[in-house]
Amino acid sequence: MPDQTPPPAAARPVRDGVGLGLAVGVSGLAFGAAAVSSGLTTWQACALSLFAFTGASQFALAGVIAGGGSLLAGSAGAILLGSRNTLYGLRLAQTLRLRGWRKPLAAVGVIDETTAIALAQPDPPSMRTGFWATFCCLYLTWNLSTLGGALGAGKIGSPQAFGLDVVGPAAFLALIWPRLRDGRIERWVALGGVVIALGTTPILPAGVPVILAALAALAGALAAPGQLRPDDDGGQPDGDAVRQPGTVA
Amino acid sequence: MSATWIAVLVTAAGCYLLKLAGLTVPQRVLANPRMRRFAELVPVALLAALSAVQTMTSGQSIELAPSRLAGMAAAVVALLLRAPFLVVIIAAAGVAAAAHAAGLS
Repeated sequence: MPDQTPPPAAARPVRDGVGLGLAVGVSGLAFGAAAVSSGLTTWQACALSLFAFTGASQFALAGVIAGGGSLLAGSAGAILLGSRNTLYGLRLAQTLRLRGWRKPLAAVGVIDETTAIALAQPDPPSMRTGFWATFCCLYLTWNLSTLGGALGAGKIGSPQAFGLDVVGPAAFLALIWPRLRDGRIERWVALGGVVIALGTTPILPAGVPVILAALAALAGALAAPGQLRPDDDGGQPDGDAVRQPGTVA
Repeated sequence: MSATWIAVLVTAAGCYLLKLAGLTVPQRVLANPRMRRFAELVPVALLAALSAVQTMTSGQSIELAPSRLAGMAAAVVALLLRAPFLVVIIAAAGVAAAAHAAGLS
């Protein structure tokens, strides 16, 4: 290949994706340790990371088992919590354009982090690169660190000692930040989502409040539907959503 | 097979099928501008909510842990200063860890 230097458009989603993959993947240590101390075996913790691969659901199941709750309720809650990935998939399918065997493979990677990185990119090719880069890196680090955390449960200090408990929330905020800064509707939708989730946390089972936050997106969509553009393949959010490449990294 | 293994495998299968369902829904669903706008706004609403829930709750109660709030405040400052993504994460984790070490758990 004559081109030695990749264009910046390809470098950025890879850097974002690998960076997030490393940062969030480390919190698999916390999951592995939490899972084993809640009563799961090392292999059960690893099976969840390999096949469920969606952190919040995994923590939810471990939490219910630790609390002595029913396994049925634990599974149901974890699966319900994973239903937001269906909404992410709906959005990502527009851009990823998956065919054949790639669809069942890509489905494993439809989670908060890959969606956030993909949607922070300025164009469809960068979005696809961002999705796959984040997926590959995070899948590797999440599973290795789950195993490490499960084996080392009790030997490592608490995740709070390293500030790992804010890695996820800070990453999610950073990833939606460009859309919050540039879009008035986006700011209202985000605020609405936060209010709904925090307001219902005391009265609903864990996981449900976050899913209910989708009502804020529904309200935003009804209040200000986007325009259909003939040249848009779904890669670009309508209007003012992503205006500044280079914002995330 | 133990009941716990069944719970683990059912959870894994359920989570996977939900992901696959999203990718498999016919794209004509998104031909409607409102539906399309909804699909775009969902990540904003859910990620904002998830961020707030992970920062400010513990189980089913609101819990304002000073170390987590300090970490998130550092993230907001870094974002306002237009810091790169990784710097935002490191600032948040570093400040939260320091606050935790200082006894603000």
